[in-house]
Amino acid sequence: MSEEVTGNAKSLSMIVTKGSLDWAYPPFILATTAAAMGLNVSMFFTFYGLTLLKKKLDLGVTTLGNPAMAMPMMGMHMQLPNLMSAVPGVDAMATGMMKNLIKKKGIASIEELRETAVESDVTLIACQMTMDMFEYGIDDLIDGPELGGAATYIETATKSDINLFI
Amino acid sequence: MADHVVDAKGLNCPLPILRAKKGLREVPVGGILQLLATDPGSVKDMEAFCRQTGHELVESADADGVYTYLVKRTS
Repeated sequence: MSEEVTGNAKSLSMIVTKGSLDWAYPPFILATTAAAMGLNVSMFFTFYGLTLLKKKLDLGVTTLGNPAMAMPMMGMHMQLPNLMSAVPGVDAMATGMMKNLIKKKGIASIEELRETAVESDVTLIACQMTMDMFEYGIDDLIDGPELGGAATYIETATKSDINLFI
Repeated sequence: MADHVVDAKGLNCPLPILRAKKGLREVPVGGILQLLATDPGSVKDMEAFCRQTGHELVESADADGVYTYLVKRTS
């Protein structure tokens, strides 16, 4: 426990359901920042969100179902139409572009944010049902997550000041 | 004058805040942390961070796109 975390500290809980590179940012940014501001933080990883706990992250983005995605390019913004995602290599290209932007703009990597979350005593809960469904073992995950189910989350959420579904 | 200096220039949200938090651990209670950043969003965020944590934002200055914050560790 860090020095600021006390019995009367505010608390934040999050359900993390998505496992793409873009969607991995909001939960980890909020978790690390909240922990830095002295909140007790719990993250419950379920469905595709569970991939964010895997030892080796290989996150990507897709243009499919993402009409708002526009990459800055030569002073303009390039739209990537839905249909393009069917073209082999387009999602890999979009992922590469986003990773480039992340580096260029001094944005933390998901690995760095995740490490900070672990160091800040953020409670990580891996959904047992998702582990079973997608056939993951505890050894596939980084050190630190506890296993739990819906009741574990609800108990945490009941006591939390802020509850988010991402 | 600062007890510890953290250079977060070039880093984007939320890294300046996370670096500030880390840097405060290197400062004794009552001591001053100096944080340098170029993220314009850090202005409002440092204010919020200090209000929430109770650390005192002694100074927040902007010169040539570099923001300099002096934070007094209160606990």
